Amino acid sequence: MTPAAELSGITKRFGSVLANDSVDLTVLRGEIHAVVGENGAGKSTLMSVLYGLYRPDAGTVLRDGRPVRFRSPADAIAAGLGMVHQRVRLFPELTVAENVVLGAEPVTRRGLLDRTSAVRRVTELAERYGLPVDASAPVGGLPVGLRQRVELLKALHRQAEILILDEPTSVLTPAQAARLFAVLRTLAETGTSILLITHKLGEVLETSDRVTVLRDGQVTGRFVTAETSAAELVHAMIGRNLAPAPRRPRERPDAPYALEARGVRLGNTEDPGVTFGVRPGEIVGIAGVAGSGQRPLVDALTGLGPATGTVELLGADVTSAGVATRRRLGLAYVPDDRDGRATAPALSLARNLVMGDQRTPELRGPLGGLRGRAVAARAADLVTRFGIRTASAGVPLSTLSGGNAQKAVLARELARRTPVVIVEEPTQGVDVGAQEQIHALIAEARENGQAVLLLSSELSEVRALADRVLVLFEGRLVAEFAAAEATEAALGAAMTGVAA
Amino acid sequence: MNLVFAGSVITATAPVLFAALGGLLCAAAGVFNIALEGQLLCGAFTAVVVGHETGSAWLGVLAAVVATVLFAALLSVPAVSLGTEPIVVAVGTNLLALGLTSFLMRRILGLGGTYSSPDLRGLPDLPYTSQSALVPVAFLLTAAVAFWLRRTRSGLRLRALGGEPEAARSLGLKVTGYRHAAVLTAGALCGLGGAQLSLGNVTLFSEGMSAGRGWVAVVAVMLAGTSPYRLLGACLLFGVAEALGFRLQGAGLPQQAADAAPYLITLAVLVVARVISTRRRKERTV
Repeated sequence: MTPAAELSGITKRFGSVLANDSVDLTVLRGEIHAVVGENGAGKSTLMSVLYGLYRPDAGTVLRDGRPVRFRSPADAIAAGLGMVHQRVRLFPELTVAENVVLGAEPVTRRGLLDRTSAVRRVTELAERYGLPVDASAPVGGLPVGLRQRVELLKALHRQAEILILDEPTSVLTPAQAARLFAVLRTLAETGTSILLITHKLGEVLETSDRVTVLRDGQVTGRFVTAETSAAELVHAMIGRNLAPAPRRPRERPDAPYALEARGVRLGNTEDPGVTFGVRPGEIVGIAGVAGSGQRPLVDALTGLGPATGTVELLGADVTSAGVATRRRLGLAYVPDDRDGRATAPALSLARNLVMGDQRTPELRGPLGGLRGRAVAARAADLVTRFGIRTASAGVPLSTLSGGNAQKAVLARELARRTPVVIVEEPTQGVDVGAQEQIHALIAEARENGQAVLLLSSELSEVRALADRVLVLFEGRLVAEFAAAEATEAALGAAMTGVAA
Repeated sequence: MNLVFAGSVITATAPVLFAALGGLLCAAAGVFNIALEGQLLCGAFTAVVVGHETGSAWLGVLAAVVATVLFAALLSVPAVSLGTEPIVVAVGTNLLALGLTSFLMRRILGLGGTYSSPDLRGLPDLPYTSQSALVPVAFLLTAAVAFWLRRTRSGLRLRALGGEPEAARSLGLKVTGYRHAAVLTAGALCGLGGAQLSLGNVTLFSEGMSAGRGWVAVVAVMLAGTSPYRLLGACLLFGVAEALGFRLQGAGLPQQAADAAPYLITLAVLVVARVISTRRRKERTV
């Protein structure tokens, strides 16, 4: 049987970067084919070539055995491809039905938009594949998980025979993810080929039929899922094995809280608010689907936003204190929004590394400016200590890879050795190798006796690092687990509001 | 008495409504068009010059449309095809319109300030009214735009690509094509609005006679989002304010205050509407 798609010798260059280096990929009919690799390994580039977003510098694409040249996604769509993007690409102003049919709209005999049949069509698809959604609701009001469902319906409406999903579970709870994979399975059984781009190896092993591993733009492994293991895949992805982060039991289980929140409301004005504390030498994880109240919580703790109730830092009431006061008292913060909150991407790495410390006498020049040499020395020290890979500390931060930029933020915040550290989504958009280093840094902070609050929607991360896990759901803390009890199933249930 | 007032409201609304409809199409397509002021002026000027030279008001209207579409291309080419910031280009074309009409007025009509002449024929009034034939066109076009946006394929696509151009591109929609069309159509509408201003509302041209109506249209678009009927409401509000200003002037209010009234009222309503809508949005997210 001819493969549904066959890419051979795909080479794509961006400036001096070789994103895809003569990559071959065969997609069989009705298979779930996982494409894995670290960030920057070339997965997205390869998929963009297949979907007509990029034209390859060399190589050919065969669709059902016939050579094709997609000049735009429109061509790819016409040839039976569909893509569910990582960042959901929907139109918030339009309804679900409008979004689904857009680009392939049903029309009445007079050439007008047939809204009734659009709604009917969407409802029908939703029922057939078990993806319930209100067809006439505006997309802007839907939660992220449902929006992705709309994306999927869109591809189904166009009867895509090859469906590309880019990191589909990053916005889903474990239960939603399981449901998505069940749908993908059904689709594959009816002959649709599915390309699953992901860096979550658990998903790969559970759902895919075959795996292709990319590293530095080249294929470093092809596996039949049933015959491989996570360790083997990791080795192919990063070229070495991962060492698990060391972990010692807490030394002072009864020490007073270094950071404490009492009755801090995260939205609903009728809520009693959240109450919890973090002790020195402890990592408290906060798990929850994105948008469950993490942002208002962090804002209240760091002073970036208003706080209700009481926030105490090392025993001092800081509820109405500003950011600078809290930082001086001993608070460090690693935000999830790297370009917006954590860094000034246009400034140099060195300046980003000393940001917040610019008033210390050591760095301050005679006229109130920065002392260049002292800044450079501090930056060089942090670059070596935290293993930030960069040509020099003088380059703009925006030129660093996601992992290295994140390491820079951690270096700045952790090097101050503050008693309290708040870390938000530390490994979002960061490759596996850097992930490992970042986790080691956070674990080290704990060993140093710092109190760490870790907010993450990545369950494996919370489970690997935290001593205790609290679960946020709709602005309330709904469950607390000791590390040993925090199983994926228990956390997953709590995260979706199912009573534990 | 009340009918007269209603009539002057309608008259004052029409030019703004033309421009605002253009602005709305651009907003729907994702181009924030603040060039409406200059385009209205361009339309008003061309209508008077060609109307004067040919002796036909309708030829003046036609010429205003053509000239303003060309003038709008000054915005659409850099802003849509060359990736220039539309706000910056639009500010430039607004200044250009002001300067160029003043300059050409002296060259062609031989004087500055205000030009009117018995030879200059205004647009004919509709029977039994004091409204020009272009006035109902503005209101009919509002309904047409509303229908088109809601009920046609291309309208749906236009609404889509305004919000998320990248997403639209990945669906294979021709984003730049739609945007050019929107900006040039806005030009045509401003041509009509300008012609109505100089040959309908009055029969003369004076320098800077658009007098901020294009800006009011921009404000109306910001208030209305992509709903043509809300847009109509916003424009009518301005119409009422302007008609009221005339009234107040008649009642002894200083002219400067009367001139400022429509803009002040519009501004106040904008602020109130904004406050209400943010409050509502907040309630929804909590």
